[in-house]
Amino acid sequence: MNLSLLIIIPLITALVILFCNGLKQVRAVALTGSVVQLLMSVFLLSTYWQERTAGNKLPMLFEYNTTWFKSLHINYHIGVDGISIAMILLTASVVVAGILVSWTMEKLNKEFFFLLVLLSMGAYGFFISLDLFTLFFFLEVAVIPKFLLIGIWGSGKKEYSAMKLALMLMAGSALVFVGLLGVYYQTNTFDIMQISQMHIPLETQKLFFPFAFIGFGIFAALFPFHTWVPDGHASAPTAASMFLAGISMKLGGYGCLRVATFLMPDAAHAYSWIIILLATIAIIYGAFATMMQTDLKYINAYSSVSHCGFVILGIGMMTQTSINGAVLQMVSHGLMTALFFAAIGMIYSRTHTRMVAQLGGLLKVMPFISTVFVIAGLCSLGLPGFSGFVAEMTVFMGSWQNPDTWYRLATILSCASIVVTAVYILRAAGKTVMGPITNNEYLGLADATWNEKLAAGILIIGIVLIGVAPFLINQLIGPGTENIMQQVGKVVTLK
Amino acid sequence: MLADFFILLKQELVVTAIIFLLLFIKLGKDRSNETLLGIINLLLFLNFASGFCCSQDGMLFNDMFHTNPLIVLEKNILNLAIWLISLQSYSWLKTHKHVIEFYLLLLSTLLGMFFMISSGNLLMFYLGLEMSTIPLAAAANFDLTKRKSSEAAMKLIISSAFSSALLLFGISLLFGTTGTLVLTELPAHLSANPLQIFAFILVLSGFAFKISAVPFHLWTADVYEGAPVAVTAYLSVVSKAAVLFVFVSVLYNAFKPLADVWYNMLFILSLATIIIGNLFAIRQDNFKRFLAFSSIAQVGFILLGISGSSQTGTASVIYFILIYVFSNLAAFGVISLVSAVKGKENISDYKAFYTTNPLLSWVITIALFSLAGVPPTAGFFGKFFLLTAGAAKGNYWWIGIAALNMVVSFYYYLRVVKAIFMDSNEQPIEKISIPNYSKLALIICVAGIIITGLASCVYDYIYSLSSGL
Repeated sequence: MNLSLLIIIPLITALVILFCNGLKQVRAVALTGSVVQLLMSVFLLSTYWQERTAGNKLPMLFEYNTTWFKSLHINYHIGVDGISIAMILLTASVVVAGILVSWTMEKLNKEFFFLLVLLSMGAYGFFISLDLFTLFFFLEVAVIPKFLLIGIWGSGKKEYSAMKLALMLMAGSALVFVGLLGVYYQTNTFDIMQISQMHIPLETQKLFFPFAFIGFGIFAALFPFHTWVPDGHASAPTAASMFLAGISMKLGGYGCLRVATFLMPDAAHAYSWIIILLATIAIIYGAFATMMQTDLKYINAYSSVSHCGFVILGIGMMTQTSINGAVLQMVSHGLMTALFFAAIGMIYSRTHTRMVAQLGGLLKVMPFISTVFVIAGLCSLGLPGFSGFVAEMTVFMGSWQNPDTWYRLATILSCASIVVTAVYILRAAGKTVMGPITNNEYLGLADATWNEKLAAGILIIGIVLIGVAPFLINQLIGPGTENIMQQVGKVVTLK
Repeated sequence: MLADFFILLKQELVVTAIIFLLLFIKLGKDRSNETLLGIINLLLFLNFASGFCCSQDGMLFNDMFHTNPLIVLEKNILNLAIWLISLQSYSWLKTHKHVIEFYLLLLSTLLGMFFMISSGNLLMFYLGLEMSTIPLAAAANFDLTKRKSSEAAMKLIISSAFSSALLLFGISLLFGTTGTLVLTELPAHLSANPLQIFAFILVLSGFAFKISAVPFHLWTADVYEGAPVAVTAYLSVVSKAAVLFVFVSVLYNAFKPLADVWYNMLFILSLATIIIGNLFAIRQDNFKRFLAFSSIAQVGFILLGISGSSQTGTASVIYFILIYVFSNLAAFGVISLVSAVKGKENISDYKAFYTTNPLLSWVITIALFSLAGVPPTAGFFGKFFLLTAGAAKGNYWWIGIAALNMVVSFYYYLRVVKAIFMDSNEQPIEKISIPNYSKLALIICVAGIIITGLASCVYDYIYSLSSGL
């Protein structure tokens, strides 16, 4: 199938939105476009599956490669493996849910949906790129819409958060850029698959790996560069929070894996202790910081720092199971936080507060929303049956396979953070949803509308599907991670 | 032989013809400004369009003047820029008393630049440079009733006189040590002895003045602020571009034996220019001063690109300048419109601009994003290729510092975007009706910003032309 459609459909949707008038037309177009995109992703999944069962062993499928800038050896090269498909499916579901949640956005609705769709286009392009130039191009395409979305439609100290987020992410991409140039001048190509066939000298790898990894790490809330996450998420409008946590933090994780680790495995191996140290700090620090939060959005944002730490941890441990776990955690966390933010948004739009202390007994007045909220929370603390359990479990199993004592200590510490997670999640959920109704004004509030139910439904289906049938997604991403492991394996056998 | 003469000199001859035509129109009976501007814009368009036909290599006047397809392209970029500027200054010139004189000045500077770009001899180069500077100072004074405008003109003429003096001193020393002024003969006589390096430093300083590289940038902000917007746009785009074109070819060809020397000099100049330009741009509130410092920072990036190898360096610099023409002129187009209609030139006046002028807001936002280097605008490609060219020698710290400076520049460009979209204002600038000429110019600029980057043929074309050097 033609992968370029994944970029073209959002592009067309965005352009059509510009010519629409009124909220009704705009949202109809945006929803149609995103649903078509979701169907396309599912279709992509099924054709991918057919190819694989037919015995196609190529590392990348549906490749398309054409020269873009001939003189600089820049190609427009796209293709997917299981990991990219998982990411594309995640993106597509979050986009549909995000658009459904913003169904009644009145303020500057045309611009709002335009930017949402543009942001998703950046993400799709990023996930299918097999050329470092196009990858970088789409990475940056996804930054600016975030700035505008937070700055214009956000709440609280929105300008500050928007600026902080944009600058930190741009700094991240500046670092990535230096890393890419280093690789480019070593190999004279931007093509990921070609570079992976060559062997970059260890010295060069050691020099440029930190640039690429920290650069992408900033996107993935790598400690100590995570500070944009809480402010950005908390100030953003609901749909943008969902996109930020569900999609754009995954750009970072995917970049760390596909670019930094895949292309420079020797350096990844050499620096893995630093990566793991930072990841462990992020996991524990994030969990404890969440305990102190009183705002629901900040709770979810800080817990994202902790959860994204697992992604970094999985990548740093460099065993096949742990990398599998990292990918699973990306998908799971994307769905789960998007659901969480959606639920928080629904609560906020009715009660006009996000403070845990002011909420209470919501289950009695809005049972559906409260249930969604609790499901997201339980997934976050890793209850079996939901995706969070599967993903975190896989990361821990994989990490334990790494025989180094210090690494095992890091694994144990990270494992222990789950207890803290349980404390803050259960406390927040118990306080807001259970108990007596704290404010009589809440009595008259309505439950979720059809669009909100649909949005939550899509995300919950994803969470539960991964939770009860993890082998499905394992089969999907398995060949992709094996491919990455072969690169890493070269290093291990060299030693 | 005569046919050669006409073909090689075609762009200069067309400009000269337009100058004479304008003189005749001036002598004839008075016409209204609207018709005059209509005619002039048409002429400038024809001037731009005619540049594309039949270009070939060649020399004239004892190798004083040389031309090739790349030079023709460079002149075409200047022609395009001057046409766009003319379209944009419609609302300002509509009520001005001396329309024709303004164009006479602009076109004479353009002619000077053409000769400067084509010069095969340092004397010719100097003549062209002076011819392009002196009328410009008069043009900077074209807001005849404003004192600031006169001040700007004075500053411009004094500082250019100073830089010309440095340049002349350098040229005379070069002649003293090498015995020739012909650019193609210079390399054979250059051997990096101290006197020649001193001469080169003087020449370089002369250039640095014109492109306002730090520490020779001090005149820039004041002149930009005082001059009429059209002249500011002209100064920041056309005159800078012309000098840069020459600078690139002189460095790569005439001063090739001194490559090790100028590589280190470019390193210092470029970093100082980027950092100082950025730091000062953060604090500006006047839009013209803001763009002045941002354009200083952009020059720093261009110097970084020049440090690479000759073909990618030349190509990426010319490509970047083409993009810079579109992006900067789109920004200046909006500013000149607002300035002409409302008289407001401060960034704080633009607060909540989006509520009243959504279209203009998008144009200026796209322009600023392109200047900042955000995809999918062409500025991203321009910056990317400049830095890629600069990294060819493996100086990654330089690239790293420049890349992080892009983040700083991002801050101040986004500050403007924030003012336009996010800040509230009780009295935003009222709705402005856009004259057709300005509309055309803005459409061309925005189209240029989007197409020049994504369509790879533009870069590849420039790259193929640069190979002949």
